[in-house]
Amino acid sequence: MPFKRYVEIGRVALVNYGKEYGRLVVIVDVIDQNRALVDAPDMVRGQINFKRLSLTDIKIDIPRVPKKKTLIQAMEAADVKNKWENSSWGRKLIVQKRRAALNDFDRFKVMVAKIKRGRAIRQELVKLKRENAA
Amino acid sequence: MELNLKKQRARVNYHINSSLKELVLRALFTSAAWGALRSMVKFRFHQYQVVGRGLPTDAEPHPKIYRMKLWATNDVRAKSKFWYFLRKLKKVKKSNGQVLAINEIFERKPTKIKNYGIWLRYQSRTGYHNMYKEYRDITLNGAVEQMYDEMASRHRVRYHGIQIIKTATIPSKLCKRESTKQFHDSKIKFPLVFKKVRPPTRKLKTTFKASRPNLFA
Repeated sequence: MPFKRYVEIGRVALVNYGKEYGRLVVIVDVIDQNRALVDAPDMVRGQINFKRLSLTDIKIDIPRVPKKKTLIQAMEAADVKNKWENSSWGRKLIVQKRRAALNDFDRFKVMVAKIKRGRAIRQELVKLKRENAA
Repeated sequence: MELNLKKQRARVNYHINSSLKELVLRALFTSAAWGALRSMVKFRFHQYQVVGRGLPTDAEPHPKIYRMKLWATNDVRAKSKFWYFLRKLKKVKKSNGQVLAINEIFERKPTKIKNYGIWLRYQSRTGYHNMYKEYRDITLNGAVEQMYDEMASRHRVRYHGIQIIKTATIPSKLCKRESTKQFHDSKIKFPLVFKKVRPPTRKLKTTFKASRPNLFA
């Protein structure tokens, strides 16, 4: 199994531990074997350990350690936000966030909707069984 | 933010000319480096500049003033270290000397990756040796911390057995060690071979898991 996601300048990664958990960052330079310099449009450029990063499939085209403006332009050009939100990984995270932010009434609505959907599926199934048996 | 500001102002010594101090403070607080610095104020070793001299006597009413840059965990230890070194170089002790100023030195560009060369003298079990080590880091304090950790692990030398002779930022062309030179590649690319699977906070740690982890990057 060859590797598909590499640590390289311009690789978009997700922070999976620590204070910046859940943030999408761009690897802007490699400090040494364990650390990278990362940057995002709304944070100060800083170092982070690779152990705290999950690499994504998205890569943007930037020179080594670009200015903030260049980085934001490159991120717009590569449309990182939309690519992320339409990817299955990104969508899963959005759904997780929505579910965590439900209040009791929302959870009630979800329960009612699930029951409705289950009922519709079961009705169809019974209909098909009856047709098949007959 | 306010608390941190006050701490910074207290650290900058009042011996410095006040207009210069205002300029330095204003530059420090408004720069982007300030934001990066504030986010990583967790160094074990801080760099201090200690300025001191022997006390003026009748024979010597204007003794020479000496300045030293050194690393210590806090400013009290920095002053102690200052006297330790000064005693070895000049005929002056803490009892007949005075510290005129002690200021912490902060990293100028904490978002720029630099290659640091550190020259040190350490005491091994059989004698004293000199060493030159290179580190890639964004701040000098970080590189010094790396150095102490490495000396402890590779040579079993503790903090008190190490004297830093000199530190410098080395341009990439002049680096000597292969382990730092291998990162001097503008198109650097490597895969993360082993994915460490861990919960996002220590609170969510459990002894048993339902399924085996997927370690592929």
